Amino acid sequence: MKAALVIIFIVLLAGCGGNQSALEAHGPSAVALKDLIVLFTLLCFAIWLLVTGFLLWVLARRRAEPRQDQAAEQRMTVAVRASVAATVLVVAGLTVASFHATRSLNSGADDAVLVSVKGQQWWWQFTYKDATQASIFQAANELHIPVGKDVRLELESIDVIHSLWIPSLAGKLDLIPGRKNDLTLRADRPGTYRGQCAEFCGLQHGHMAFLVIAQDEGDYRQWAAAQAAPATEPSDAEAAAGKVVFMSKPCAACHTIRGTPAIGSSGPDLTHVGGRQTIGAGLLETTRGSLAAWIADPQTLKPGNNMPLVPLTSEELRQLSAYMEGLR
Amino acid sequence: MKDRIVLDVSKLPLHGMGMVSPTWWGTCAFMLIEGTGFALVIAVYFYLMGLAPHWPIDAPPPDLWAGTWLTGILLASVVPNILVSRWAERRQLRRVQIGLVVMTLFGIAPLGFRVFEFPALHINWDDNAYGSIVWTMLGLHTTHILTDVVDTIVLMALMFSRHADNTRRYGDVQDNVLYWNFVVITWLPIYACIYWVPRL
Amino acid sequence: MGEQETYAALDVDLHDVELEAKLDKTWGSRPGFWRAIATVDHKVIARRYIVTAFVFLILGGLLAMAMRLQLSQPEARFIGPDRYNQIFTMHGSNMMFLFAVPVMEAMAVYLVPLMVGTRNIAFPRLNAFSYWTFLFGGLLLWLSFALDTAPDVGWFAYVPLSGPEYGPGKRADLWAQMITFTELAALAVAVEIVVTVFKQRAPGMSLDRIPVLVWAMLVMSFLVIVAMPAIMVASSTLILDRLVGTQFYNPALGGDALLWQHLFWFFGHPEVYIIFLPAVGLVSSILPTFVGRPLFGYLLLVMALIATGVLSFGLWVHHMFVVGLPRVGESFFTASSMAIAVPAGVQIFCWLATLWAGRPVFRTPLLFVLGFIVTFVMGGLTGVMVASVPLDSQVHDTYFVVAHFHYVLVGGAVFPLIGAVYYWFPKMTGRLMSERLGRWAFGLIFAGFHLTFFPMHILGLWGMPRRVYTYQPELPWAGLNLFVSLSSVVLAAGFLVFFIDVLRSWKNGLPAGPNPWKASTLEWATSSPPPAYNFRRIPVVGSRDPLWSDADLPVAAGMRTDRRELLVTSIVEALPQARESSPSDSVWPFWTAIATAIMLIWSIFSPWAVVWGSIPIAVALIGWFWPKGTPEDES
Repeated sequence: MKAALVIIFIVLLAGCGGNQSALEAHGPSAVALKDLIVLFTLLCFAIWLLVTGFLLWVLARRRAEPRQDQAAEQRMTVAVRASVAATVLVVAGLTVASFHATRSLNSGADDAVLVSVKGQQWWWQFTYKDATQASIFQAANELHIPVGKDVRLELESIDVIHSLWIPSLAGKLDLIPGRKNDLTLRADRPGTYRGQCAEFCGLQHGHMAFLVIAQDEGDYRQWAAAQAAPATEPSDAEAAAGKVVFMSKPCAACHTIRGTPAIGSSGPDLTHVGGRQTIGAGLLETTRGSLAAWIADPQTLKPGNNMPLVPLTSEELRQLSAYMEGLR
Repeated sequence: MKDRIVLDVSKLPLHGMGMVSPTWWGTCAFMLIEGTGFALVIAVYFYLMGLAPHWPIDAPPPDLWAGTWLTGILLASVVPNILVSRWAERRQLRRVQIGLVVMTLFGIAPLGFRVFEFPALHINWDDNAYGSIVWTMLGLHTTHILTDVVDTIVLMALMFSRHADNTRRYGDVQDNVLYWNFVVITWLPIYACIYWVPRL
Repeated sequence: MGEQETYAALDVDLHDVELEAKLDKTWGSRPGFWRAIATVDHKVIARRYIVTAFVFLILGGLLAMAMRLQLSQPEARFIGPDRYNQIFTMHGSNMMFLFAVPVMEAMAVYLVPLMVGTRNIAFPRLNAFSYWTFLFGGLLLWLSFALDTAPDVGWFAYVPLSGPEYGPGKRADLWAQMITFTELAALAVAVEIVVTVFKQRAPGMSLDRIPVLVWAMLVMSFLVIVAMPAIMVASSTLILDRLVGTQFYNPALGGDALLWQHLFWFFGHPEVYIIFLPAVGLVSSILPTFVGRPLFGYLLLVMALIATGVLSFGLWVHHMFVVGLPRVGESFFTASSMAIAVPAGVQIFCWLATLWAGRPVFRTPLLFVLGFIVTFVMGGLTGVMVASVPLDSQVHDTYFVVAHFHYVLVGGAVFPLIGAVYYWFPKMTGRLMSERLGRWAFGLIFAGFHLTFFPMHILGLWGMPRRVYTYQPELPWAGLNLFVSLSSVVLAAGFLVFFIDVLRSWKNGLPAGPNPWKASTLEWATSSPPPAYNFRRIPVVGSRDPLWSDADLPVAAGMRTDRRELLVTSIVEALPQARESSPSDSVWPFWTAIATAIMLIWSIFSPWAVVWGSIPIAVALIGWFWPKGTPEDES
């Protein structure tokens, strides 16, 4: 039964597990790590088979009498010594392989795209910066990156420890208050990869995800230009009324919508929220309905999160979600 | 199984002193525990120092006089302390009694100086991490002095009671001597950390 | 007291029956509630310890089942995030601090004095104090859970989540103080074990004749002594930060969040070996009995134990591989973490060699040992995987690690422990457990364990992080999670069978006799269960497997029967040095533990508790140590 499981395991290693899997590697770091995982797994499995096989053979053989003679002791001594020597060799080999893999990681180029990542309970703030470290624009819970180019993420936390992990692109690295960490990653092909906080960070640790969208250079530039622009004005009356609701209710105290009086900073920047694939840090797909549901009762959808329930009439709720959806 | 007597132990003493006594080893084990505690606190001190751009953080180095006087007294106390141990080994009750009185005084005197050491730090425990660690080091060591003073006083009372003239008691006295020496020795690196490392 | 009188109380020239009656009078505890509270018999205290720890195991297991229920489907709403966080924190803290470490120490408290041939553990009153402290710490934690205010910051309680700013209320303080209780208890036992092994071994049990189990417990005790102060420092500074505003962990004022992790894991990694090394000892005792020959490689095994103990202090950073430490440091810790595979390998190879040369008799204890080897080797190999910094950056804090350490802790420690219960139950109770139920328990536990935990490796590689109270339906984890949850029922059923067997056999098991397995170590030389004084006469040891080398038991005579007396011997050769007394029963350790509990719980709320709360402790301690003029005080 165990052996069968292990064989299934090997099959699974061949590639599976969706867009948040260490076995679905789409960047050089993740590929190097996957190779290392496969190497370690195969070797360890072989060793386990050897030990278990030997054990089963010994048990199946059923000696008539226990041996305690000199010859037996000698054979055992030789065998144990050889096994220990083999262990030393294997362990040394794996250590070298591990060092080798480390060297191939984190090779950040100078012209890398620079993004400052601030983890907070329980969402991700991404601030895109230019070469002089000046901020270009801010986004939340969705990281767009150009394919084939190094992206350098500066990791900081503003409250407790979080850990940034996009298994398909790179290993994880912690965001620690009072410290700064750098993670360089690269996507080899366009796609949507999922990332998630990997360090326990409180009530909604389970709902602190984000998407990484790797695009061709041209698409990426287009996206970045659009993001840098202020919010689009509401196109219809309903959305315009929604804007009035947003500005008159406490929403504006926590959120920024660039090009409007809303400049709060404790919640995610909503300038282009309608253009993001998900809301609530990977919680729900962005639709008008999900926006309304979230605004109406954030504490039921994500208990304990820092967005309070703001009492709205159903009319106001409809208008507000229309406005949000239009912020593309 | 049937017993087969191969050894006669009836001539053995009813109690052993020093390394023969389990209590001696127990005291050593407890000193190892507490010594590890002191070592860790010192490690934390250097860890925080390594992180800080300036050390001490936002404070001048502590004033020397109180801590140095205390160090002097602790070092001086080792002499009568070792004498007490010697007298206990020779079961000289009168001398042990006097020695314990002296050691009680030697235990209380440093506390008088300790009171002035805290203000001499020129920082509060809640000002910053430097304040926290030096207060903790001093506090931890103070509890050790206090514990041993209480222990010495109880032992002194015991040595003036009818239970005094007993090898077991003399062993207790020796263990107390051992522990006080430990309290003195652990103070030295802490003294160096608190008072001299900031002056380097 | 005259020469004549002393002589009259000696055990020479007495018939066995007469001698046993006299010893019984001196060593036995009288019936009654306060007499039971006052007992200092290591066997009674160890039994209480073991039973209490197993109760905590059951409670912790129920928590695990609750978590599996919540995770059995995506976005399930059986348990809310707040309760879930309490549950996984409780599960970890409970299993580590209230089950695994205490139960291993309790096995040591029961077995070590018997295996080294002495009459009670060193410092038996400290032993009683240790149990009460442990019990109060456990009750404190579970009471807080019952009141829905249990710690919710993980068993590792990382700052700043557990600090004053993000951990409001008293939850983290309860966790920190529970640590203080259990560490106090653990340290006390460690000191007792060290001194018992150093000074109370039977004459002739020189260092190279000490059973491997006793060596394992000795090394474990030293690990406790050196590692536990780190968690004491950590939890105390955390409480100080929370209660009086020190700034140890506040980066804005010179503190550091990683300092906590260093202190915690400097304790936390040796902790794993504090749990595992005793299991090595248990296996090394069970195996020879059921293959009918002595253990192969005694010296190698002992050296491997010591090497593991020393190395375990050089690994703590491998729990911090993704915090962004300098690469040189990480490389060192990769190498040292890999290196510990070597002594672990030595142990496995010695056991395999013993099996190869022996003739295995498939009784339940051996089944658990075999299950242990298969499972632990796998946990060890995944341990080699997580020791690699780059590999760990993918699997750290995922279900892969959850799988890994359950393979190591359940496979490596709980399997041998259950085997040990089957093995020593006859000694502890005088009755055998059921072989039929034992096989069922083994089968269910072994299969249930692998079905539950193996898929977690895959979940981890598929990107499922630990400590999430739920996951979203679009992730491909639902199927395996449901499978795991269902499998955990099989595992739980196995434990149920085991506990039923224990309860049934305790009342109705077949009488065991002194040595039902024909084992070789000294605990089997006395009756089952052993009398209060353990041995009628102190055994004299001439070999590593004393009961296999002689038809009758060589013993020493000349001990007094009118006071609790045991033999103190030299450290290396175990030559007799003195007839030392062993303290009589006393209620004071209980009162000291009560006073300590009041002080510790009070100090969650006010720093002045440390000042005022110390006074009753001092009073109780004086009551404890003040001589009462009993024969035990003579010298």
